[in-house]
Amino acid sequence: MSRIAARFKTLAAQGRGALIPYLEAFDPDLETSLALLKAMPAAGADLIEVGMPFSDPSADGPVIQLAARRGLKAGATLPGVLKMIAAFREQDQETPVILMGYLNPVEAYGHARFCTDAAKAGVDGLILVDLPPEEADILEQPAQDAGLDIIRLVAPTTSDERLRYVLSHASGFVYYVSITGITGTRTASAEALQEALPRLRAATDLPVAIGFGIRTPEQAATAAGIADGAVVASALLSTLADTLDAEGKATDQTLPRVLNQIKDLAAAVRAGEKKAG
Amino acid sequence: MADPAEQHSAAAQPNSLRHGPDERGHFGGRYGGRFVAETLMPLLLELNTAYDAAKADPAFQKELDFYLRDYVGRPSPLWFARRMTEELGGAKIYMKREELNHTGSHKLNNVMGQILLARRMGRTRIVAETGAGQHGVATATVCALFGMQCVIYMGATDVERQKPNVFRMRLLGAEVVPVTAGAGTLKDAMNEAMRDWVANIADTYFLVGTVAGPHPYPAMVRDFQSVIGEETKEQMQAQEGRLPDVIVAAIGGGSNAMGIFHPFLDDASVRLIGVEAAGHGLDSGKTAASIERGRPGVLHGNRTYLLQNADGQIDEAHSISAGLDYPGVGPEHSWLSDIGRAEYVGATDDEALKAFQLCTRTEGIIPALESAHAIAYAAKIAPTLPKETLLVVNISGRGDKDIFTVAEHLGVKL
Repeated sequence: MSRIAARFKTLAAQGRGALIPYLEAFDPDLETSLALLKAMPAAGADLIEVGMPFSDPSADGPVIQLAARRGLKAGATLPGVLKMIAAFREQDQETPVILMGYLNPVEAYGHARFCTDAAKAGVDGLILVDLPPEEADILEQPAQDAGLDIIRLVAPTTSDERLRYVLSHASGFVYYVSITGITGTRTASAEALQEALPRLRAATDLPVAIGFGIRTPEQAATAAGIADGAVVASALLSTLADTLDAEGKATDQTLPRVLNQIKDLAAAVRAGEKKAG
Repeated sequence: MADPAEQHSAAAQPNSLRHGPDERGHFGGRYGGRFVAETLMPLLLELNTAYDAAKADPAFQKELDFYLRDYVGRPSPLWFARRMTEELGGAKIYMKREELNHTGSHKLNNVMGQILLARRMGRTRIVAETGAGQHGVATATVCALFGMQCVIYMGATDVERQKPNVFRMRLLGAEVVPVTAGAGTLKDAMNEAMRDWVANIADTYFLVGTVAGPHPYPAMVRDFQSVIGEETKEQMQAQEGRLPDVIVAAIGGGSNAMGIFHPFLDDASVRLIGVEAAGHGLDSGKTAASIERGRPGVLHGNRTYLLQNADGQIDEAHSISAGLDYPGVGPEHSWLSDIGRAEYVGATDDEALKAFQLCTRTEGIIPALESAHAIAYAAKIAPTLPKETLLVVNISGRGDKDIFTVAEHLGVKL
């Protein structure tokens, strides 16, 4: 069983959803982001999304755009990101790591070579924002061969008919983009999420995580209670950005503040009750 | 399935180069496509269906023809550039006068088609990206004409160097949003327009200005711009009784070039030359020549030649012309380059500046700096060609917007 499937199974047995925090690789530098990655499981991360910085993140809001820019400025490359994951795997064999980013850097690396190297580094799944199932043939076979899940995004705009098509190309879990918009802007209401879930459940047996616009412990608990997991990205990156000095360098506040926020989110998710969904 | 746009063209042959793209929006099985976030996919599929229906509807074509004639001012003339021909001493140079269209460029051909489509689709709010401001002005113009809300994203650098167009857009009632991300040019404006679209899908139509972006935009924009080539074909037939030998057009995203090339793709005798902006020189590192110095990759919804580094990060383009300052190119051009049907070359900032002056001085036509790149290459090859060679250069826009930039480069204070 893959790490992702095993983790969701364990959490289901515990009767709670997953907290899935996000960090941007090399933000604001390799050392800090690796230290953050290593400390996340103890702070309460159940799965971790690691952003692969890209120069043109056209589906992301200002917070992730700035994080990507800081990462690139600090020298992020795909080989560098994979090395960072490999370093994390030396100490943690259980927490699933999902790489999230855009297709072009992967294409420059080579689709098959990337899948092989990512799996070797200890990556469990890929989310490529700009690779819809219509174009995914280039990556699906190499990912499957390497044992990597391709996690599919579905949106409120995805029709029932299309949902079946998209999810026939999904593995690992399903990432429900809860709003129509870019990352870190609007927030979906609990009612809207309640309404959306049955549609997804009817179309897939995979666990469902909700992302885009989840900022507070309360929102995370709600989303993780309604679905199987909550992704928190921009809110953590904002906190990280707030702790940087005038030159954009990490300070002694950077790790503690981001990790404390993850602890608060995790506490809320763990206290929350899993609702039938 | 036959493409209705091709049915009315007698030139389409069974093994025609004009059948692309395929159903996935791929040209030559490789370029183009639909590389967008899932939130946008249903919208692109809806757009595709709506466009196919419009293309097949004679009423749509009739409406478009009406606006093209009475509002845009088509057809645009094919002008024999006698003095430039004499000065250069070689090929007979003709100019396709797209700068005479309303709003001063070829951009309105496409914008008119898409605004009618947006209306058919019931959209009330238009977003668009712009580089030099030509597409932004054209979009703001049709929004004024039809009373629609208009938001134009423009790189902050371009806002600075294209002030007259910014003022024009605002006069026309558009909201112009300066984009400060990246180098503040067309690429960044495109990112921001896509972000707006994904956040406002219910009422918003994304009016793409060039033959790039996710399918069906490259094919749709090409179809709307093909009127340039169709007219050129007829006009050259009327004036010279035959096809032209060489067609030269500037390439940023490549819509004016695709528009004049496409009707000639199956006429093997016609040399098609796309002129990219070489900036400070093709090997200077400060260039916008995506085909000549880039490699295939994925950006803004399509796979095409891109200026990028070894890690797949997109490079900033450079050109004196804001309209060509883009690190990508339309996917159909990438395919035409690979199969060798069209040639892609470069003209530098300096060569464009010289051609700008040459055209102004010999023909009394002040061309856009974008078009000046095409003129520069035409002027380079014309003397090497026999006098009976018929060379058409596409004057895609007029240069009034560029006089401040040109003055600055010539050391003149206005």
